[in-house]
Amino acid sequence: MKKFAAWILVLVLGAASTPAFGFPLKAVDTPNDKGKNITLSWTPPAHPPEQWVVLRTEPGKTFTVIDTIGGGLTSYTDENAVNGVKYQYRLAGLGAGGAGIFSDDSQTAAAEPSWFDTGKLNVFIVITLFLALVLYYIAQAQRGKQWSFRPIAGLAAIEEAIGRSTEMGKGVLYIPGVQDIDDIQTIASMIILGNVARMTAKYETPLMVPTNSPAVYTVADEVVKGAYADVGRSDAYRSDMVRYITSEQFAYVAAVNGMMLRERPAANLLLGAFFAESLLLAETGHETGAIQIAGTANVHQLPFFVVACDYTLIGEEYYAASAYLSKDAKLLGSLKASDTIKILLVVVILAGCVLLTLGNPVLAEFFATQ
Amino acid sequence: MTAFFSGMRRLDRRWIFLCVALLVVVPLLTGFHIAPVLPSARSRGFYDAIEKLPPGSTVLLPGDYDPGTIAENYPMHLAAARHLMRRNIKIIAVELYPGGPPLADQVLRIAGAEYKKRDGYDYVNLGYKSGNEAVMSAMGSAGIPRTFPADRSGTPVGKIPVMKGIENFGQIAMIVSVSAGYPGTKEWVQQVVSRYHVPMVAGVTAVSAPEYYPYLQAGQLQGLLGGMAGAAEYEVLVNAPGLATRGMDAQSLAHIFIALMIILGNLAALPQRAPGARK
Amino acid sequence: MKREIPLLISMAAGIFVLIGFFVPHPAIRNIYDDIQGWVIIVVAFTYVLGMANLFRINVDQIQRGAKDWPYKLALVLSMVATMIVGFFFSRGSHYLDDGTAFSWIYLTFYSSMSATMFSLLAFFIASAAFRAFRVRSVEALLLAIAALILIIGRVPIGNMISPHVPQVADWLMEIPQNAAKRGILMGAALGVIATGFRVILGIERTYGSEGGGG
Repeated sequence: MKKFAAWILVLVLGAASTPAFGFPLKAVDTPNDKGKNITLSWTPPAHPPEQWVVLRTEPGKTFTVIDTIGGGLTSYTDENAVNGVKYQYRLAGLGAGGAGIFSDDSQTAAAEPSWFDTGKLNVFIVITLFLALVLYYIAQAQRGKQWSFRPIAGLAAIEEAIGRSTEMGKGVLYIPGVQDIDDIQTIASMIILGNVARMTAKYETPLMVPTNSPAVYTVADEVVKGAYADVGRSDAYRSDMVRYITSEQFAYVAAVNGMMLRERPAANLLLGAFFAESLLLAETGHETGAIQIAGTANVHQLPFFVVACDYTLIGEEYYAASAYLSKDAKLLGSLKASDTIKILLVVVILAGCVLLTLGNPVLAEFFATQ
Repeated sequence: MTAFFSGMRRLDRRWIFLCVALLVVVPLLTGFHIAPVLPSARSRGFYDAIEKLPPGSTVLLPGDYDPGTIAENYPMHLAAARHLMRRNIKIIAVELYPGGPPLADQVLRIAGAEYKKRDGYDYVNLGYKSGNEAVMSAMGSAGIPRTFPADRSGTPVGKIPVMKGIENFGQIAMIVSVSAGYPGTKEWVQQVVSRYHVPMVAGVTAVSAPEYYPYLQAGQLQGLLGGMAGAAEYEVLVNAPGLATRGMDAQSLAHIFIALMIILGNLAALPQRAPGARK
Repeated sequence: MKREIPLLISMAAGIFVLIGFFVPHPAIRNIYDDIQGWVIIVVAFTYVLGMANLFRINVDQIQRGAKDWPYKLALVLSMVATMIVGFFFSRGSHYLDDGTAFSWIYLTFYSSMSATMFSLLAFFIASAAFRAFRVRSVEALLLAIAALILIIGRVPIGNMISPHVPQVADWLMEIPQNAAKRGILMGAALGVIATGFRVILGIERTYGSEGGGG
């Protein structure tokens, strides 16, 4: 009953045009959102009340209560504003110490959806610069410009491993990781699979591709089929080369380990996103005597691959694989763009560290994302 | 000595497996105790963050793991539930792994029985939802009741007392994430903590714990439990030693054995010398 | 045309999603959210294809009497039995509730086997440590020393040996390990962006190839 009376008092007083005690209240359209939000902020009085009642009005209407919030807060977001309508707000104290405390009326504010999230400006600049560099170097590659890249032993070993399998009369086992097709590592794995499938088609080496996801199975199957057709060996393609095993992590590992121990492939290519199963796969493969080339961007699995595999592609080496294997000029151009932007980022990091040490956080704050 | 190292070079790895099995099983069966568990700063951060929560507040407890990582995640999940209930903090549990709900049910039931908490009034398990990050994003934008319209047993959330007033992350005091990988802690940080600034602590598997150190250093996580060791440290802090604490003795012996294997492996690889030969 | 249409679709979708990341306006964001929902639906349908592939390969091998065909038969029978139990004998959509036949199968078979497979890591780590931490260079020596410190420092016995052991282990993980990892992560992030651009711009020939290229 007491609380109800307090609410009535607040409504009556809140609707009055001159509050008893004022402090500034700021209302602005919430930035970088899809509209319908207005953010209020204020510096509370020396003795804030137990609670604040948030009052809102629009042209031609009186103040009405929209919410009750804790007295310790200094900001509030109205998430039910109608876009384009000019609202005005007021806070009223409620509960212990709240009687007679009101904020000034805020200036009017209207919610509008934003066309650009300015909080992501730093990401936008880097992405745009990167895209510009990619297009520039692709254009250079098309004009015949060539660059030299450091050799990556693991990538050179892929063709060697496939050749070894052919000589031994055994197959190649290609494991595309355990993530679904929406993961960029799996997409990169499919790209490398295409290159590998072209090689196995040329050398007539059996290829086995067990997949962990039905979506990956459908894509991998098309990639392998397309690769065999690319080199004119559609007759050598078999539909059981690519198979869906299961989506359960350790059941998949058990099945693939079984394939390794039964089929005894001469080469295991573990290229994709891996988690706890990495050592289980790599160690079993080692026991069968296969040459093993692994590549992942999951940093926490790299130590297991480094320990148990013959070659390991670390992080960006894995993503560079398609350019290295295909030697396509445009792909190598994009690799050059990656290197250039990396140099630029290193310079920016060094400059940011120096500036921060000197007490200037401008670069550090600009590149902060959260 | 030379013969010993020569034998080591030809050692069948099944002997190594047998030694590991004995070193792990014997302490678990006999209760053999080696060394006390001392909580680290990261585990203390996890504990202190929950200690600071006001009684009566509501936390989100995502249990994003399945039976594959039960040894690491289950003890920390149970210890967290116990800690939260002891502090009279309400729990909303969700799972993003299809195998997660029965484990979360078990954790909440055990802890609830110990602290006399009631399903629906003090805690609720909203169950599993597929969609990974899309679920987290939807909980913030569309709201938690719209993303999970009913709990695991099918009761509409509008009829569940503990869900009263819970619309989105604005009403969640903290996220206590227990995760095995993807989707899990990293996605909660990226999708929720960075957007809605909800405090968060996490319990993860040992192998993925180093991945979250940057988040801990940046203040996006207030505490971190890494693997069974982290779970054991937390069990000590909440004064409820359980599976993880018992497992640390087995883990200690196994680690000593692996260290020994590294040393012996290197000694075994030393080149052989013929008797009496001089360089 | 067979190659151009998929490329155009992936280019349009990729560019739209990239724009959607930066534009919160509902005109873009609502479609962006819908596309994410479509992905979930499309992926759900691929499960039908996956199951069909599983059945086809295994049933074919059973019929031919291929090597290890009894194991293929066990796979097919257990898969069918689990599906029947899940669909018809486990309270419908509450199939994972406690006490259902499906949850019994799940806990008795799947949970136990899954945890068993994970526990194999303990054995494999020991055998890998014995075989692979051979000190053949300065880098390998540093790796072995760091591994030894971390292995001992991460368990209570490390603190018993000396309180400095866990402190050094923590320092190794928090400083040099974090620094190296951040470098790898940054490089990998650039690789991710480059791969994304290559796919969106259609210059990645393998992805979406239909046998027309060379």
